[in-house]
Amino acid sequence: MDIIVCVKRVPFTQEVDLEIDAQKKDVDKESLAFVMNDWDNYVIEEAVRIKEELGGTVTAITIGTEEDEEILRRCLAIGADKAIRLDAGTTELDSFGISKVLAQLIKGQPFDLILTGVQAEDDNQGMVGIMLAEHLGLAHAAVVTGVEVKDKEAEIRCELEDGLDEKSLLQLPALLTIQTGINEPRYVSIMGIKKAAKKGIVLMALADLNLTPEDLAPRTMIEEAFLPPETEGAEMISGEPAHIAEEILRILKEKGVRA
Amino acid sequence: MKTLFVVVEHRQGAIRDITFEMLGKAGEICKTHNLQLTAVVLGWEVESLLNPLSERADTVVVLKREEFKQFDADLYKEALAQLIVEYQPWATLMGQTSWGLDLAPCLAVKTGFPLATDCLDLIIENERLTALRQRYGGKIFTKVSFKESLGILLTIRPGAFPADKPGTYSGQIIQKELAAPLPQLRKKFLEYLDSGAGEIDIAQADFLISVGRGVGEEENLTEIKEFVQAMGGTLSCSRPIVDKKWLPKYHQVGTSGKSVKPKVYLALGISGAFQHVAGISGAGTVIAVNRDPKAPIFRVAQYGVVADMFKIIPALREKLGA
Repeated sequence: MDIIVCVKRVPFTQEVDLEIDAQKKDVDKESLAFVMNDWDNYVIEEAVRIKEELGGTVTAITIGTEEDEEILRRCLAIGADKAIRLDAGTTELDSFGISKVLAQLIKGQPFDLILTGVQAEDDNQGMVGIMLAEHLGLAHAAVVTGVEVKDKEAEIRCELEDGLDEKSLLQLPALLTIQTGINEPRYVSIMGIKKAAKKGIVLMALADLNLTPEDLAPRTMIEEAFLPPETEGAEMISGEPAHIAEEILRILKEKGVRA
Repeated sequence: MKTLFVVVEHRQGAIRDITFEMLGKAGEICKTHNLQLTAVVLGWEVESLLNPLSERADTVVVLKREEFKQFDADLYKEALAQLIVEYQPWATLMGQTSWGLDLAPCLAVKTGFPLATDCLDLIIENERLTALRQRYGGKIFTKVSFKESLGILLTIRPGAFPADKPGTYSGQIIQKELAAPLPQLRKKFLEYLDSGAGEIDIAQADFLISVGRGVGEEENLTEIKEFVQAMGGTLSCSRPIVDKKWLPKYHQVGTSGKSVKPKVYLALGISGAFQHVAGISGAGTVIAVNRDPKAPIFRVAQYGVVADMFKIIPALREKLGA
């Protein structure tokens, strides 16, 4: 079972105050820390679990700068056998362009399964995985919460709405977009990641891929980015914890859920 | 006259709410821009769905095939691509749902059309469309424009628009056949599984105390459970707690969990991602406690406290004498 995983390094923005950059197209990333996209933590874990059970290889791919190799080293430390970084240089790619580049890169590599996250934490688009499947003509499924590989097919579980899941059989080779919670990602130490650095990462450039400017031209453009408009929002309760507790209890009583 | 497509989402014989929300917004656009509103139904036993749709669209295009009995992105994509070639819709709307996440991106590759997902609003100025969407989990908004193209694909966030009222239209129902054969099925549907059933039904509770990522460590849940009991509430949670396996799925509030309608929803350490907030639209009063003053939960709560939940919980217990 040869598995390819596509991963992305993103700014960490939980409980962080964001500012808009000077071009008004994105957030100011200057002071932000970067991490692996949360969905991708589950992606690499799932791939390595399948490999551990059935044998084969795991290849991790990212499109990015040298700094983004940090997440490839993490994948190697977890159990990937090979990592590829494609440096797109100054070319701005939208989701379509990213999917096109990945497709071109993956063509000619042996694989049975491609795993990506449902979406990335930064742009929240949820497009690249399924677009990649279509470029490669693969069977696919989105929002996957369970995978069991059986010979030439995979029994999968997909998350629908309202607590409903769907179980189905998918022919391999296939692409799955993985949902958070599918597994419990293992802990990996800083030492483990440092050791993995020695495994080596294959570097590729856009020029290696034989793509046309039309393939890479953005289909959608961000015209403007802005912070959420101020709304009236909640009535804020402040003060000492004892005072806040009193106020909360008063509201609970008023709303009839406590005597 | 140019048309606007709305792809009708349905499951187990019922039209999903997102369909009526999309028809509502699409109807508004069609009226102001002189477009035909077309609802597109792919399915098998869909007769009962057609009347409610004809009351909400100019035309209902129906493609009935036994292979469409269960949603299959691959087949739906092929069929929609054929209809798009025939009707040349100015834009095609789908839901940002489990269907849309699997269907829209492959349809975008197949048609070559630009796609914007998870749209919160659609703005048309000088005949040009821009889509409003969010990034970074709702922390910033963006306006997205589209490359010149024969059509545009959009997925719409559930709950972004109010549902359309029936009776606005008396649409014509057109049964279609596919011109080209469908490819072979590569996915075989086995069954639906209810992952939301469990010991308690949070959808029935009057007073929910709900915890999120702010709980920090699994050990802290012991304190939370004691607190919930002392308060006489029912414990629920947001997605990260279930992802970490700290609580079973039947506690989860949100689009993939349960929609709840308590009199009071006390949200502790929940940031308020849209998937979560969509599940509490039926709550009477929302009280949110969160360390982050910018947490989106404060935009939907009636009462807010910017504080560490573990400072507020002991204070509440002391007042209760518990």
